[in-house]
Amino acid sequence: MSRGIPAVVQLQHVDKIYGNGVVALRRLDLDVGEGEFLSLLGPSGCGKSTVLRLVAGLGEVSGGRIEWPSANGRAGLPRGDIGFVFQEPTLMPWATVFKNVLLPLKLRGVPAEEATARVREAIGMVGLDGFERAYPRELSGGMKMRVSIARALVTHPRLLLLDEPFASLDEITRFKLDNDLLALWARQRWTVVFVTHSVYESVYLSTRIAVMTARPGRTASEVAIEAPTPRDEAFRTSLLYNEYCRQVSARLAEAMHS
Amino acid sequence: MSAAVSDVETARASAPARPRGLDIGRAVRRVLPPLVIGGAGLVAWELVVRLNQIPYYILPGPLLVLGTLVRDWGTLYPSLLVTLTITGAALLVATVAGVLIAILFTQSKLIELSLFPYAVILQVTPVVAIAPLIIIWVKNIPVALLICAWIVAFFPIVSNTTLGLNSADHNLLNLMQLYGASRRQVFWYLRLPSAMPYFLGGLRISGGLALIGAVVAEFVAGTGGTQSGLAYRILESGYTMQIPRMFAALLMITCTGILIFLALTALSHLILRKWHESAVAREG
Repeated sequence: MSRGIPAVVQLQHVDKIYGNGVVALRRLDLDVGEGEFLSLLGPSGCGKSTVLRLVAGLGEVSGGRIEWPSANGRAGLPRGDIGFVFQEPTLMPWATVFKNVLLPLKLRGVPAEEATARVREAIGMVGLDGFERAYPRELSGGMKMRVSIARALVTHPRLLLLDEPFASLDEITRFKLDNDLLALWARQRWTVVFVTHSVYESVYLSTRIAVMTARPGRTASEVAIEAPTPRDEAFRTSLLYNEYCRQVSARLAEAMHS
Repeated sequence: MSAAVSDVETARASAPARPRGLDIGRAVRRVLPPLVIGGAGLVAWELVVRLNQIPYYILPGPLLVLGTLVRDWGTLYPSLLVTLTITGAALLVATVAGVLIAILFTQSKLIELSLFPYAVILQVTPVVAIAPLIIIWVKNIPVALLICAWIVAFFPIVSNTTLGLNSADHNLLNLMQLYGASRRQVFWYLRLPSAMPYFLGGLRISGGLALIGAVVAEFVAGTGGTQSGLAYRILESGYTMQIPRMFAALLMITCTGILIFLALTALSHLILRKWHESAVAREG
């Protein structure tokens, strides 16, 4: 971070070696600034998802450290301050949309009345009003992903981690969800870390892109996308967008051969 | 997010559920072929018996069996209740014990490794072979019969439920960890619902096995008197050459087995119909 924004989380020289000997990350440095939309861009298997999992506390670093400057000396953000959206919708098939979104609040023992209001709010935010009582199998792929996002937002997180959330969706649905996610971010301004292997998606969404090398992963370079927000479809066809895509593609090619 | 969401709208249009279960034509098409085969078989059986003048103590015709069933209902019905009681109790104990053992297995790999082989041993040992021992050891005959039926019935529930409890979606487990869920919460909110289809599959097998276990144990025990089950009625009919009654008792056992299976299938459908692929009609 060079712009003086306070960091939410800082990864310093982080190594991650899995039990089977695979070195996923080596001396990875990454700062995530308050309120930014950061994309982690890299080839498949470069450890992008590993970074998210470590930040979420779903694994231990093998070396280096993860610092939380904003957590007042605690080891991390309080639970619920982090929202996580997986590559797959990861919904409970036996529960309705309402109960799926309710889960994080239920686990934290939020009183029923308050929880109901917050679940309705989150379902409304992702445009699924009226689907509270539907079961996941009755929904399209895009709608399931919306439920997954609503579940991540229901705790009012400060940090939202998304792991290639729209990768399995068709392009039309993906563009739609990109736009809706951007609109939500513009209003709520949580900090976002978005993992993707799409240059175009990362340029469209981000305020900053961290380009990662092939495994073992580390950040090769960073590109700030200084295009005004909120962005819309007009941005997708603008010269500025094309210029950034060209630049980021070049950085990605460099990173893969370094 | 914006109000008019395209992917939401398309799904809303296809949302109305088709009226399943009311489709009488489909039900008839499914039930009719086996009924026709069964009816033809019965007619052929009756004809073979009559045309060849086979004596009733070798092979009674279906009409005679039916007549005997009606005539001997007063003797057979109490025996049916005895067998049913043992079957029901064995299934109940097998379900409770099976689920508890499965939960125990999933608490610790060491417990599962230590005990699972013995569950397998109990399962593969023929119940006919151990029933005499159990009947010697346990003085109370109904309890001995219940133990035999339980031994046969409990394994599918243990193994299926264990598999189910271990089949929870890994990303959902990660999610639970992320939100700091306790072991108890993970169990109630995730592992138990995930195990439900597996458990119900096991229960369906165990229902039939409990009946078989009860009947086999009754055969081995061979106790008479008023407290005797259908298996004893079959033995007794054999000794006294009352072959039509033997068939009638056999018919009752078979029908009971079918009814248990249908009841457990209906239960399974009722619980899973909202969400599980096995209970949901395929789209399109």
